[in-house]
Amino acid sequence: MDFKIIPSVCSYCGTGCGVLFQVMDGRLVDTLPMKTHPVNEGKLCIKGWNLHEHVVSDKRLTSPMLKKNGHLQEASWDDAIQTAVEKLKAIIEAHGPDSVGVLASAKITNEENYLVQKFARAVIGTNNVDHCARL
Amino acid sequence: MTNSIAEIEDSACIFITGSNTSACHPLIARRVFRAKEKGAKLIVADPRNIQLSRFADVAVTQRLGSDVAMLNGLMHIILKNDWHDKRYIEERCEEFDAFRAVVETYTPDKVEAITDIAQADLEKMAELYATNSPASILYAMGITQHTTGVDNVKSICNLAMLCGNVGVKSGGVNPLRGQNNVQGACDMGGLPNVFPAYQPVTVEANNEKFAKAWGKALPGKIGYTITDMVRAMIDGKLKALYVVGENPMLSDPDQHHLVKALEKLDLLICQDIFFTETAEKADVVFAAVSVAEKDGTYTNTERRCMKVNKAIDPIGNTLDDWQIISKLSTAMGYEMNYADPEAIFKEITTVTPSYAGMTYGRMGLNGLQWPCPNTEHPGTQFLHAAQFTRGKGLFHAIEYLDPAEMPDGEYPYFLTTGRMFAHYHTGTMTRASEHLDAEQKTGYVEIHPEDAANLSVNDGDTVKLATRRGEIEVPARISNKVKPGLLFVPFHFAENSANILTNSAFDPVAKIPEYKVCAAKIEKAA
Repeated sequence: MDFKIIPSVCSYCGTGCGVLFQVMDGRLVDTLPMKTHPVNEGKLCIKGWNLHEHVVSDKRLTSPMLKKNGHLQEASWDDAIQTAVEKLKAIIEAHGPDSVGVLASAKITNEENYLVQKFARAVIGTNNVDHCARL
Repeated sequence: MTNSIAEIEDSACIFITGSNTSACHPLIARRVFRAKEKGAKLIVADPRNIQLSRFADVAVTQRLGSDVAMLNGLMHIILKNDWHDKRYIEERCEEFDAFRAVVETYTPDKVEAITDIAQADLEKMAELYATNSPASILYAMGITQHTTGVDNVKSICNLAMLCGNVGVKSGGVNPLRGQNNVQGACDMGGLPNVFPAYQPVTVEANNEKFAKAWGKALPGKIGYTITDMVRAMIDGKLKALYVVGENPMLSDPDQHHLVKALEKLDLLICQDIFFTETAEKADVVFAAVSVAEKDGTYTNTERRCMKVNKAIDPIGNTLDDWQIISKLSTAMGYEMNYADPEAIFKEITTVTPSYAGMTYGRMGLNGLQWPCPNTEHPGTQFLHAAQFTRGKGLFHAIEYLDPAEMPDGEYPYFLTTGRMFAHYHTGTMTRASEHLDAEQKTGYVEIHPEDAANLSVNDGDTVKLATRRGEIEVPARISNKVKPGLLFVPFHFAENSANILTNSAFDPVAKIPEYKVCAAKIEKAA
């Protein structure tokens, strides 16, 4: 039996409660509140206590997908990336970089948000980047 | 938040408006309860009778969208009684006289007529807030999701400055962020007008700094907000949309309008951990990993940047969001070769002054609160301590304006939207969670018992709820939480989507849609 406890942060609301993920033999089995955390001091709400459930849900997306003949089908990473790049390049060439919009996310990490806006500004060449802070 | 979550429990007075804190931010509500135990006064102003109203020293249910009038009315009473902090205003603020001239016209009888708040309650709210120091204001989307959202926030700042509550421990102006990393997404420049740390794209020096850091010439023109993007899609100006970790199909206002906009796109790319309603419309879907499968940092509502750690291997054929973006970027011809999230974080600290002193090592388990300008800096518990970031605190003279849509003969009810305790945003995560799904499996509309009786609607009956944008069928929940004439719908449920109904009218400055007010009609479904 390989049992691990990994400190993390709840990914529901903006409170930012410290959690401990319990991992048994490589599987995420439960969530506990972090007793020492300055925000939640060993407590969690109903969403936090059940944080692991959405992670292990069988509704998770498990593969990239591409639309073929009007239907989304599983695809390889190389095909998915290549298709996106070809279409993006064609659109930028025909209509300019400001014909592309990018939505960053209030759910992903700082590192990832930084890359999303860098991608929009430096790679696409547009400031059309926003996220759902207002929504 | 100007201040920190833990400070709330030492406030002498807490004023909560437009936040259903115990349902939506329970671990912040806990600090409010602790403050009450220590003797703090509690004021709750919310159009609904929320759970916290029952614990308040004074609780009022203002008419939807009347917040500026309510706040001006409170400040009118504070000034009339000479309860304002004259020394603070003199030393730390400016433009007070113009503000005072407007506020003096908001007499209690005028304010009662606009807000439905009894004058005696207004007097009590003003006295509690002004005479118990330090006082903290907590608010959320009930204040911001209005066509006057910016006016509402400025009015809250006026009130806090008037009583000298900004830049003091356990005081402050404290917006409660709704999503785990909405603070971080803003800090990192996920906005059309600013680079990381709110450095405007229109300032040439900023543009040069980032162009140099990234080795690429950059656009200097402000881009589209989400609200602008939808319009540009309809007009055919925006041809491609890359959506990372969002579900605009359910989260954006006026859903029918949005569907038309998405259908006009030549390319829709979605990146998510679930097959969302938006992903169903995509041409390309990238499968990303969840919080438990990645390293990185989130920044919470009190500006605390904290480390999350990989607990398990990626589920299925999925990749970290940073890996997907790097692959895409490299394939577009711009090399991104980061070894790991820490390498990205190091780059962030070189261009983001408020994060400059942070490292993964320094964060530990507790994180660090920005601004943290250098590696010796302990982080910042509350803002504006010695002076405001802009220098002097600016008073704004603000007049009340009606919401974009008010009830009329055809649509006689006020409709507002929001969250309920067990679910989160568009339900993508919580409805996939067995124990949360069990708490609430469908949408509902809260209706007052008198209105229900007039419509011959029983609890649980299906009703047809319509606005000028569209209609939904939804079970009725008869409840005293709402007043007669007011309806409430949670927006977590795709099968009775609240955002089919909501108005896409938005604040002219913040471009935030008016989710919290529109006019509706309701009838028993056939």
